[in-house]
Amino acid sequence: MTVARSQSIALTKEKARWMYQKMNEIRQFEDKVHEIFSKGVLPGFVHLYAGEEAVAVGVCAHLTDKDYITSTHRGHGHCIAKDCDLNGMMAEIYGKATGLCKGKGGSMHIADVSKGMLGANGIVGGGFPLAVGAGLTAKLKKTGAVTVCFFGDGANNHGTFHEGINLAAIWKLPVIFVAENNGYAESTPFEYASSCRNIADRAGAYNIPGEVVDGKDVIAVYEAAKRAIERARNGEGPTLIECKTYRNYGHFEGDAQTYKTPEEKRRHLQELDAIEKFRNYLLASQLCSEQELVEIEQNVAKAIEKAVTFAENSPFPTEEDLLRDVYVSY
Amino acid sequence: MARTISFSTALNEAMRLAMQKDENVILLGEDVAGGATVDHLQDDEAWGGVMGVTKGLVQEFGRDRVLDTPIAEAGYIGAAVSAAATGLRPIAELMFNDFIGSCLDEVMNQAAKLRYMFGGKAKVPLTIRTMHGAGFRAAAQHSQSLYALFTHIPGLKVVVPSTPADAKGLLLASIFDDDPVIFFEDKTLYNIRGEVEEGFYTIPFGKADIKREGDDLTIVAIGKQVHTALQAAKMLQEKGIETEVIDPRTLSPLDEETILLSVAKTGRLIVVDEANPRCSVATDISALVADKGFDYLDAPIKMITAPHCPVPFSPALEDLYLPTPEKVLRAAAEIIGDETIVPV
Ligand SMILES: Cc1ncc(C[n+]2csc(CCOP(=O)(O)OP(=O)(O)O)c2C)c(N)n1
Ligand SMILES: [Mg+2]
Repeated sequence: MTVARSQSIALTKEKARWMYQKMNEIRQFEDKVHEIFSKGVLPGFVHLYAGEEAVAVGVCAHLTDKDYITSTHRGHGHCIAKDCDLNGMMAEIYGKATGLCKGKGGSMHIADVSKGMLGANGIVGGGFPLAVGAGLTAKLKKTGAVTVCFFGDGANNHGTFHEGINLAAIWKLPVIFVAENNGYAESTPFEYASSCRNIADRAGAYNIPGEVVDGKDVIAVYEAAKRAIERARNGEGPTLIECKTYRNYGHFEGDAQTYKTPEEKRRHLQELDAIEKFRNYLLASQLCSEQELVEIEQNVAKAIEKAVTFAENSPFPTEEDLLRDVYVSY
Repeated sequence: MARTISFSTALNEAMRLAMQKDENVILLGEDVAGGATVDHLQDDEAWGGVMGVTKGLVQEFGRDRVLDTPIAEAGYIGAAVSAAATGLRPIAELMFNDFIGSCLDEVMNQAAKLRYMFGGKAKVPLTIRTMHGAGFRAAAQHSQSLYALFTHIPGLKVVVPSTPADAKGLLLASIFDDDPVIFFEDKTLYNIRGEVEEGFYTIPFGKADIKREGDDLTIVAIGKQVHTALQAAKMLQEKGIETEVIDPRTLSPLDEETILLSVAKTGRLIVVDEANPRCSVATDISALVADKGFDYLDAPIKMITAPHCPVPFSPALEDLYLPTPEKVLRAAAEIIGDETIVPV
């Protein structure tokens, strides 16, 4: 299978700016969470998305609030790309009452159904059937919505991957399965855990199109997603897209990452950085000026600072909240 | 000779001893070795489990006996069931007990049933080690205590240790038991330290441990909540009340006798269980005493449990979710009829 790289594209300036802004929001948000976590302020498990920005942004650039996504334990990037509120996200990670889930979910369960974000997920492989169900709703109610299921390379060995894709295929559901192959599931390499060379190769078994994409190239992701989403909206069923990518931080905050080599880290963080690559493209193609890009970066930095202040100044939930929302009624 | 070591070191030691003693003992699970096929990685730099509990085992026993698995719980837990039935003695790690959703059939319909369904012609000497417990700010899908689910199922044995010494002896007993055992490890106990004997020893199933003796009140507590009970007992002692704290250690089989004898002596029972309250180990033990020990009781049985809700993420809410010594004291005040017991 060949790896798709960007060829011809028709990016509007507006779309290009949005994509650059979102990629920067994700990177700066995650760098900030990393910094705060290392001070011991943040509770629980935190899995950072830095390095993989091109995947979430390249795909979500085609979606509206009516479309759905399912996410993973590494969900901050998907949230941001789906336009979730940064203040609400940061407050959620702090466990505050003003968080997107009122402090009940935390980093691993960040969600905003009103934005079509069906939640980060603590269960690897949890997203496949959820995406299928959202696809079924869209098909039966003819909403025209598509659902994107983001998942990791580790998840492609879980039974739900196979059950979910098969269901979406036989019912021709408007679902796009997007693998984020960052090479590792915790400390276990993809090559060890998976019998296939590429995750996308598994599409053949379900008789749906499968495509491998350079997941550091936001335009390549954007194009592949465009093809798949058009198929889905036309009633032609699901597609499996595999994005080859890399996570810049450890599996979770606190991981010593001994399984990575210094050389691979250097290459990915310095030479193959997705944001740097897109930045160079935007300048070379004259879609944006240096000044415009700097302005976006600075505005993002301000928005992230604001989110931290908002989270820090927000109240914690209180005792009445403990038993609220277990049921709609009981 | 006893030394002071951590809960997690005690577990590691138990697995090491078992693997030394019997070459049929293997260990499998996600990242239990870590870094499979990573060239530059020395095995001592590998993860050894997400919390480091199995660290160093791959170095000593090699990757044939310490197997990293894909994230495929139905696959590898099911395989461990059958490996057990056909001659191996596997320790399978289910990283968090919450992930049982991905492999319940293999445990409930295969492991638990084979022996009985086959008329006693099969045995399944399998140990499933799994993490449980709230208090780690790990939210709703990584914090549950699901031991009641397994206790409900005939054919499974269920172990919930509270101290390093118990953890080691009970894990060795589990591994060399010929039935499937679900072995619970509270993630917030890994770093607690305690005296542990060197060398091989086992603790029998169905034998509760009286962690503290007393004549006025019985507290039966599960896992980490044994420590909550002991703290409460200390506070009660200052008020002149002597509490007996019982740790059942194994929920299936359950040492009914020790619990009933204690209630016969004290006339009062509080059960402390951090799991959700409905159809729980707390209700099970309460029903046992109501059924077989009603005449011993001088006051209603009290249960200190989590509320009927998922484990919340926010520290502010999770602290309210868990049992505390203060909650135990409030219940004690009520059944003893002495309001001065309640801390102000
Ligand atoms: C059913 C289940 N099994 C195991 C885990 C523990 N776990 C959390 S993330 C993870 C690795 C996931 O790897 P991958 O799918 O590649 O995603 P990545 O972390 O690389 O983004 C594991 C094993 C889990 N959360 N759920
Ligand atoms: Mg991965």
